Amino acid sequence: MARSLSRSRAARVALTSTVALAAGLTLAACGSDEPAPGGAETGASEAPASGTVTIVAHDSFSLADGQLDEFTARTGIQVEVVQPGDAGTLVNQLVLTKDAPLGDLAFGIDNTFASRVVDEGVVVPYSSAVPAAADAAQHAFGDGNELTAIDYGDVCLNVDHAWFDEHGVAEPVTLDDLTEPEYKDLLVVPNAVTSSPGFAFLLTTIAAQGDGWQDYWSALKDNGLKVAEGWSDAYFTDFSGGGGGGPRPIVLSYASSPPYTVPEGGTEPTTGALLDTCFRQVEYAGVLAHAKNPRGAQELLDFLLSDEVQEQIPTTMYMYPVSTTVDLPADWAQWAPLAEQPYEVDPVEVAENRAQWLEDWSETVIG
Amino acid sequence: MTLTTTRRAPTAPPEGTTVLAPGRRRAHGRGLRTLLWALAVAVPLAFLAVFFAWPVVVMLAKGFVVDGRLDLSGFADVFARPRTWRIVGLTLAQAGLATALSVLLGVPGAYVLHRRSFRGRAAVRALVTVPFVLPTVVVGVAFRSLLVEGGPLGFLHLDGTFAAIVAALVFFNYAVVVRGVGGLWERLDPRAEQAARALGASPWRAFRTVTLPALAPAIASSASLTFLFCATAFGTVLVLGGLQFGTIETEIWVQTTQFLDLRAAAVLSVVQLVVVAGVLTVAGRARTGRERALALGGERQGERPLTLRRTPGTAPGDGHALALGAAAVTAAVVVLLAVPLVNLVVRSLRVGDRWGLDHYAALSDEPAGVTVSVWTAALTSLRVAALATGIALVVGGLVALVLSRRPRRPAARRALSTMDAVVMLPLGVSAVTVGFGFLLSMHEPFGLHVDLRTSPLLVPIAQAVVAVPLVVRGVLPVLRAIDPRLREVAATLGAGEGRVLGTVDWPLVARPVGLAMGLAFAASLGEFGATSFLARPDAPTLPVVIFRLIGRPGPDSYGTALAASVVLAMLTAGVVAVCERLRSARGGLAVGGEW
Repeated sequence: MARSLSRSRAARVALTSTVALAAGLTLAACGSDEPAPGGAETGASEAPASGTVTIVAHDSFSLADGQLDEFTARTGIQVEVVQPGDAGTLVNQLVLTKDAPLGDLAFGIDNTFASRVVDEGVVVPYSSAVPAAADAAQHAFGDGNELTAIDYGDVCLNVDHAWFDEHGVAEPVTLDDLTEPEYKDLLVVPNAVTSSPGFAFLLTTIAAQGDGWQDYWSALKDNGLKVAEGWSDAYFTDFSGGGGGGPRPIVLSYASSPPYTVPEGGTEPTTGALLDTCFRQVEYAGVLAHAKNPRGAQELLDFLLSDEVQEQIPTTMYMYPVSTTVDLPADWAQWAPLAEQPYEVDPVEVAENRAQWLEDWSETVIG
Repeated sequence: MTLTTTRRAPTAPPEGTTVLAPGRRRAHGRGLRTLLWALAVAVPLAFLAVFFAWPVVVMLAKGFVVDGRLDLSGFADVFARPRTWRIVGLTLAQAGLATALSVLLGVPGAYVLHRRSFRGRAAVRALVTVPFVLPTVVVGVAFRSLLVEGGPLGFLHLDGTFAAIVAALVFFNYAVVVRGVGGLWERLDPRAEQAARALGASPWRAFRTVTLPALAPAIASSASLTFLFCATAFGTVLVLGGLQFGTIETEIWVQTTQFLDLRAAAVLSVVQLVVVAGVLTVAGRARTGRERALALGGERQGERPLTLRRTPGTAPGDGHALALGAAAVTAAVVVLLAVPLVNLVVRSLRVGDRWGLDHYAALSDEPAGVTVSVWTAALTSLRVAALATGIALVVGGLVALVLSRRPRRPAARRALSTMDAVVMLPLGVSAVTVGFGFLLSMHEPFGLHVDLRTSPLLVPIAQAVVAVPLVVRGVLPVLRAIDPRLREVAATLGAGEGRVLGTVDWPLVARPVGLAMGLAFAASLGEFGATSFLARPDAPTLPVVIFRLIGRPGPDSYGTALAASVVLAMLTAGVVAVCERLRSARGGLAVGGEW
């Protein structure tokens, strides 16, 4: 009897909890439907001016305040944003879900991943007809129109002017300078395996040094190279000029980083980019194959190329707009010039060799 | 192990005990009862099957099934790489060492923080829990900016070393041991140890032969949790040591998110599963058989104030030196835990070359590229965590309820112990595997016409999956320790079933539920596990906003990210403190969980 008593007590608890769980899930499920009433299915078949379009983007994607609302007001299309992770995670998730994509438009595929995305058939061709499309074509990948360039930038070494002034050392200029004894223990770069700017710098050295790139990295290592996990780790913890007060005055960052180091009350930045060490990075958008709302995706892609979005790209995503008709922010125009001759590696070659290069790099640098 | 006490041990009555109860209670239909029990088993198992096992299986299948055929050649390939053996060794070394250290330091900590009273104890207890939730980018800042050459602790030359990783893992998991062991210790009847002392045992001997064996189940339980957390840590390992100290988990992460080599990732996931299952089995053995045989007292029974001076009138050799030793160790550990946290606060107050609250003022801004203010994100975090905690409490509570039964049939008992191990697995399986598995399995799952992958509901569900084991480990020991005779007495005296529940069970379970709730909430706030790989919709949580802020150039974003991290830490400490209150508001017979 003791057992049965405690059993029926337990059973009641169980029942109550089960009901609560079921109710909770039902409620939550209802709730989750709200933002997209009717949604995608109508959008695909009907005129573009309706439904919901979902953009799948990397962590760094964002638009200026209210711009997506403006888009909705103008087109009647609701926009949802999903952001699964960094550029690598984004691309791999897009590849894995290509038959049932997470959304309609992808943004944030860069030129180091472009080939993988196109080869896997993740995106379908679309030729935008907006004025900036001609500018975007300057950065096109391949000739299939699957990917449309939205912005670009240079991944370059940055130096802390203050540190070099203070220590009476001349700033380095070229990649080869970095293996010189006077720059021993001064350089920090993010890991090429775990960080996309880190990988971009690996490509810089491959473009610059050719087959000798592994020897170059060995020389860097012998000269006291520090490898940090990611960009923020390198820039804020190890770099002396990033605000975190680290020990090393040379870091891998972007050509666009210096304007943000103008001190309070100061007139010029305390850091600068070494424009002979840059890799040109281009970020693309593409309409996803099997998208539920391909028309909406196309309209949103056009919107990304519109002047109003393009001119905000420096402030929201720290990249340069592809459009040549919009003005750069004043401090960018002054302090963030792009490299005249950045290094580039053919995206097809990158796709073929990525794994091997990273393995070799790990062996040489990490051990 | 035998504990002699005058208090009734709240163990289950001998098999076959019957107690007369009012006849009207017999009216319950047996069929209904069976149905409800079946539901209590089925609901949590279904939840874990759908939101844990299924995604993992789908992800593994992606690696092992090629063109519709099972292809296990990946095992040979992966094991042929010398690197594989190295990372398996490194995983065991890191997790093993960090677990051993956490236990060695955590047991004295449990004594001081749960067996002794002193001013500020609640604050210290909350403080040691904070590291548990800090996002890894922030731990990177908090730790590395101390250790980096030229940093305050740069002279130790620990930056990027194996020792730094182990230290950080201990930093994360110290609280797991303190709370786990302390929860049991504070209700251990002190008279057993006193009796041993009266019979001539030295304080050390009495501790070693009486107290320590009594604590063994809690130590085993905390150690296995710590091991699971350490063996599946990847952010910490990557930030502090980089890939040269890579573990199975970091390798799965690299293979999946960077190389898309799902075959290698699947092999490594299986290896991880084997390691984890082995540890769980060992820990399970150490736990069972002891869990119910304890004599427990009221919470405050054995608690004494912590004094630096020997109590006047007591003889030397009364264990005062032992207590002081424990206090010294704990004080040292708490200072070490506090250093990175203080470093974080100090850095958040640094504005250019001066000090100020500017970064805190910026918390209400909506910076370009982040889209929401830190406060909005904090609210989102709280809302998501509350939902996740709710789900985890229901699922974990049901699991604990089922596991607390002691069926007579050996087969049923074995089934329960299997279930006990299975519900722990969400802590031991790679978050990457689960996260990517969600992606592959949650599009129109089971033919339902919903895309759960991008549903806002998936985030709290993924968090709940990780929080369920925490709830189970917290609530189960108490449910097992409730003396059924208490209920029977109440029933005999005429209490209705609801009243028995309200007056006997609830007061006993309320506090451990509170504690478990606190940890589940903290785990959710800290975004553990698979959550970080979900395609999250547009309402970013606090850790996501911190991550975005610290991904932007400029000292201001950096400062705001640090201030936001301090907010996250305070939020956690606050939640834990509130849950502690929920515990101590209930007095009397209440007993704590393993947590």
